[in-house]
Amino acid sequence: MLEIKNVHKTFNPGTINEKIALDGVNLTLHEGDFVTIIGGNGAGKSTTLNAIAGVWPVDDGSISIDGIDVTGLPEHKRATYLGRVFQDPMTGTAATMQIDENLAMAARRGKKRFLRWGITSKEREHYRELLKQLDLGLEDRMTSKVGLLSGGQRQALTLLMATLQKPKLLLLDEHTAALDPKTAAKVLSLTDKIVEENHLTAMMVTHNMKDAIAHGNRLIMMHEGKVILDIGAEEKKKLTVEDLLQKFEEVSGEQFASDKALLG
Amino acid sequence: MLMSYFASLNPASFFNALPSNIAQGLIWGVMALGLYITFRLLDFADLTVDGSMATGGAVTVVLTTNGWHIWAALLVATLAGVCAGLVTGLFHTKLGIPPILSGILTQIALYSVNLHIIGSANKALSVDKYHLILSSRNITRAIIAAALFCVVVIAIMYWYFGTEQGSAIRATGCNPAMSKAQGINIQNMKLIALCISNGIVAMSGGLLSQYSGFADVNMGRGAIVIGLAAIIIGEVIGDAVLGKHMDFKGRLTFVALGGVIYYIVIGIVIWLKMDSNDLKLFTAIIVAIFLAVPYLKAQSKNSFRRAAKRGAMMKVSQDSSANGKEV
Repeated sequence: MLEIKNVHKTFNPGTINEKIALDGVNLTLHEGDFVTIIGGNGAGKSTTLNAIAGVWPVDDGSISIDGIDVTGLPEHKRATYLGRVFQDPMTGTAATMQIDENLAMAARRGKKRFLRWGITSKEREHYRELLKQLDLGLEDRMTSKVGLLSGGQRQALTLLMATLQKPKLLLLDEHTAALDPKTAAKVLSLTDKIVEENHLTAMMVTHNMKDAIAHGNRLIMMHEGKVILDIGAEEKKKLTVEDLLQKFEEVSGEQFASDKALLG
Repeated sequence: MLMSYFASLNPASFFNALPSNIAQGLIWGVMALGLYITFRLLDFADLTVDGSMATGGAVTVVLTTNGWHIWAALLVATLAGVCAGLVTGLFHTKLGIPPILSGILTQIALYSVNLHIIGSANKALSVDKYHLILSSRNITRAIIAAALFCVVVIAIMYWYFGTEQGSAIRATGCNPAMSKAQGINIQNMKLIALCISNGIVAMSGGLLSQYSGFADVNMGRGAIVIGLAAIIIGEVIGDAVLGKHMDFKGRLTFVALGGVIYYIVIGIVIWLKMDSNDLKLFTAIIVAIFLAVPYLKAQSKNSFRRAAKRGAMMKVSQDSSANGKEV
């Protein structure tokens, strides 16, 4: 489904701020894989997701989604294949537009936008049903501006928008990091439900090791711009946080410095 | 002396000037509707309008005096505005020039272009020689025509910004990152919005030149400030009148009416015998006040000084109740 071959990316090359963010990333995802990605700060987790999404062109290597080489496609064209949820709840939705308008916008991802009416009454009914399933009471507030929603509600809505049109790949970039623990748990279980029901292929970046173990059927660890560990479904079932920390030390040869990861 | 000043003010002269103020206000209302697209929907402060307004007037006058039908001339004027918007859009999207600077560059370039179009600094367009859509000679007709233009522009904008493409423009203005993630080509959306906006502005320039009977290279100077005044006054009054019922239609209607209210205020100022050289200064002050009011309102609810006062009050009341117990 996804094939990343030897991808490199250096930010600010040739300057004092030069940072090798991706240093030869290789990764192949099969249909139905739900991969969680962990690693310390600056390991290249979010950068990998951004490389897939086409936020900027990569320096070297290739990326293909479902057999289509997207290495040369700009962000808005790759959006055809991708559903995305961001860390900041403000990023995924348009605050000054209504809930139903945001959904209608997402329903047209990858399609030409002409002079047809932006949202039909039939669509509205469909959205009402979908919002009901979120169980957040949003189905009665469809004409409210999204800016009035809480962070958790906005992430839930963004998740719905990302999967309204089945994406070939769902990219979740620490999408619960800005939420309180209770809301984060709710959004995570919603994520599981949506991924399962739609048989999606997904990648989820997280700082929380427990979450990384509890969700998905595959786990990869990144360090200094490389994938250093790739754990499949069977092995992952038996995995504990201690195992992960130990494995990290083995592979990287240093103590895992991130407090956040330890606390998780 | 004050008495003699008030005695010299003739209410009748104010009411005599009122219809003309309304007609001009409606023409500027069309301009404000165009500006609304960039200023509010796209979140792009577009200074091109000072130039494209004059371009609209220049093209209309020159083509009409060359024997073109007035409607054809107005159409070409609108298209000239579209081109001006396109230039600003290309400066910004293809060459990476910041929005305000892109607009200023086009605006200054248009000054020369407009001089070339007119052939001199200004040119007359006599209503006696040509069939014009509106003119200050017949103010009732001018008001009706300008009002119809406002209604049609509002209707088209209401429709367009409800379509898939119009929604994509609104999303681009609101959240570019989200728009890209939803597959919207935000560069193209910016180009389209700038083109439509400047097309409408140039059209209002064409109407204004017919109304005043001439085109002048300086007729657009300060247009952005007048347009902003109309938008902001219209929104503030619209919010006060409609409150929660303010929808997109209502908002656009009040933006157009904002132009009328602005010109009535200007009428009052002139009636009060203020020096007409001070009008631009006065306009800038009005716009600054209307821009500042929402900010200051929010600030007063959110000020440290008040928080300190509230804290001090609480302390005093606690101390006094504690003292009371001792006694």
